[in-house]
Amino acid sequence: MKVLAAMSGGVDSSVAAARAVDAGHEVVGVHLALSAQPGTLRTGARGCCTKEDAADARRVADVIDIPFYVWDFAQQFTTDVVDDFVAEYAAGRTPNPCLRCNERIKFTALLDRARDLGFDAVCTGHYARLCDGVLRRAVDTGKDQSYVLAGLTAEQLAHALFPVGDTAKGEIRAEATRRGLAVAAKPDSHDICFIPSGDTRAFLAGRLGSRPGELVDGETGEVLGHHQGVHGFTVGQRRGLGLRHPAPDGRPRFVLGLQAATGTVRLGSARHLDVGVIEAHRPVWAVGAPDGPFECIAQVRAHGGCASAVVEATGDGVLVQLRESLRGVAPGQAVALYRPDPGGDVVLGSATITATS
Amino acid sequence: MTYLDHAATTPMLPEAVAAMSQALSALGNASSLHGSGRRARRTVEECRESIAEAVGARPSEVVFTGGGTEGDNLAVKGLFWQRRAADPRRTRVLASAIEHHAVLDAVSWLADHEGAQVGWLEVDRYGRVHPDTLRAALARDPESVALVTVMWANNEVGTVAPVRELAEVAAGYGIPLHTDGVQAVGQLPVHFGRSQAAALTLTGHKLGGPYGVGVLLLGREVAATPLLHGGGQERDVRSGTLDVPAIVGLATAIRHAVATQPQSTIRLAALRDELVEGILARVPDAVLNGDPSDGLFDGGPSRLPGNAHFTFPGCEGDSLLMLLDARGIECSTGAACTAGVAQPSHVLLAMGATPAAARGSLRFSLGRTSTAADVAEVLDAIEPVVARARGAGFRRVAAS
Repeated sequence: MKVLAAMSGGVDSSVAAARAVDAGHEVVGVHLALSAQPGTLRTGARGCCTKEDAADARRVADVIDIPFYVWDFAQQFTTDVVDDFVAEYAAGRTPNPCLRCNERIKFTALLDRARDLGFDAVCTGHYARLCDGVLRRAVDTGKDQSYVLAGLTAEQLAHALFPVGDTAKGEIRAEATRRGLAVAAKPDSHDICFIPSGDTRAFLAGRLGSRPGELVDGETGEVLGHHQGVHGFTVGQRRGLGLRHPAPDGRPRFVLGLQAATGTVRLGSARHLDVGVIEAHRPVWAVGAPDGPFECIAQVRAHGGCASAVVEATGDGVLVQLRESLRGVAPGQAVALYRPDPGGDVVLGSATITATS
Repeated sequence: MTYLDHAATTPMLPEAVAAMSQALSALGNASSLHGSGRRARRTVEECRESIAEAVGARPSEVVFTGGGTEGDNLAVKGLFWQRRAADPRRTRVLASAIEHHAVLDAVSWLADHEGAQVGWLEVDRYGRVHPDTLRAALARDPESVALVTVMWANNEVGTVAPVRELAEVAAGYGIPLHTDGVQAVGQLPVHFGRSQAAALTLTGHKLGGPYGVGVLLLGREVAATPLLHGGGQERDVRSGTLDVPAIVGLATAIRHAVATQPQSTIRLAALRDELVEGILARVPDAVLNGDPSDGLFDGGPSRLPGNAHFTFPGCEGDSLLMLLDARGIECSTGAACTAGVAQPSHVLLAMGATPAAARGSLRFSLGRTSTAADVAEVLDAIEPVVARARGAGFRRVAAS
């Protein structure tokens, strides 16, 4: 196959590209320039689109002997990921930008362009297994990224390769060393690549400014304080609430919900965070739409947050009834649905959380 | 492989490789007083003299540098500092909008850090500065101008500037003109003395010589403040132990390039015209950018003979480049790169192109080793490559 390897300059996508070469594919490496003004060097927490990362990716491409290009996707990334991220927070939701980037950039804009230019597939360094169109959790469950890929359609998955999903992260690093790739010891990126400082609240404040509102007790409606915008909060958040007085019962208070229209942030104790029912919309069914209610595992954030559930399709949405409650389920995040399997849990589908109860 | 990127760098002339290789084994710092030093010095001075003769300069006007970027920086900053020191009112720099980044960014740096005022000289749709444009800019306040800089031939679209006329206009006001001649020497007749330019930059690797060595021709009456301070080896304008083997390679390449220029201009222009006609026949909506090459300046063509620069509407230049690369055809989008990202070319934008047209452009540049077979390779590939790139381009347009 002709394979376009998306190369961030990190160890995973580097080994993924090398493995695609070993598999006999005709591979071309592409680094996506996602920032209109890339920084010269890494600053603070590592982003994923600095000039240094592009140079790292280029060195790997040299070593594994494939052509390499930098493609400018800054405009699409700004519109489809960064602006969307800001708009979601402004609306009181909690987006997952990596998931959005996979859906809109890597497996839409990039894949479309790759296919138009004669490539059969896009290869990335994501930790997930893909075999015969079935997406499964990675062998390294601690690194599993199937959650941020669960929103891909069958058509998108038919043109995707995830060559590192069958291997533990430690072994991937060792393999990078064996292959002589200089990125073998490069640290993982954890933060949102377009917020290299890691300070999401400051980034959002810079974009959205001040939108004052009230912090209210979720049960009594009592005003407990004021804040500078719902975009500073996420459901389940405990720190940084800016409360002057502790709760009367002495227990910590958490963000229970956000209402962008009124600017209200509802607070309450941990037990009010428990969620038993999740409503979600815009489902993507990786293995076909269900013909009735079904049992599965629901995952509500990138790492952790799993519970068994009964799921039912409802018109253009899904109703997820959890068998055990989950905490900190934030509208805007995805709920990914899995069928447990000893060979790796199988992704059944994914939808965007709209409401919880 | 079909190498059509001679404007980026050229294959080294075998005679230059041989001469340089031999010189690599010779001992001697050209500044040393003993026998080895004298032999090195003699070699350098013979090279200096032969270079001077080839480009119509005096030997004392040949200042060896580390290449084109250094030559441009030394000329722009060095002349600015010198002129301003002599007369504090002279803080204005007039530069064409289509300069190479080595000039463009040096000028911008002077504006950002040294209080220079920059007058960007407009170009016509071919990318040419007209003497009247310069005259008008100078006439506004000639006392304030430190220097003028206009490249001899543009690296992207190949348009040749009327350097002698421009230098005459500047000289009429007593103002020095620097010209970036990196693309011109060897491709066009270049005579420094007759050009009346105060300074001219050239570099080795664009004319069959080695990388990392070049010359700033600096008129004997023209003073420049140094960028590099040290031993003062080159007229006290440029310091650094002279790279004798590189200078030998450079001189060999310059002599050959200049001696063969009249025939190579004819040969390359014919090949280039075949390429242009062939591409326009196969891709009728392709647009040739730059001068149509129907004029003459001081006995040379009005466009670099090896340059063919196109816009392919609906295509991304980097898609075209990748698809051609996959077929073994090496060319360039001709745009400056930041982190490897192609920005729309400032040259095309200055010529009035839209950003979309600027992004959809491709440069083929022919040189000494180019053949009719190279042209045939491109003509075989161009139709399917453009069709494929256009498919990808339209999807992007539709999506945005």
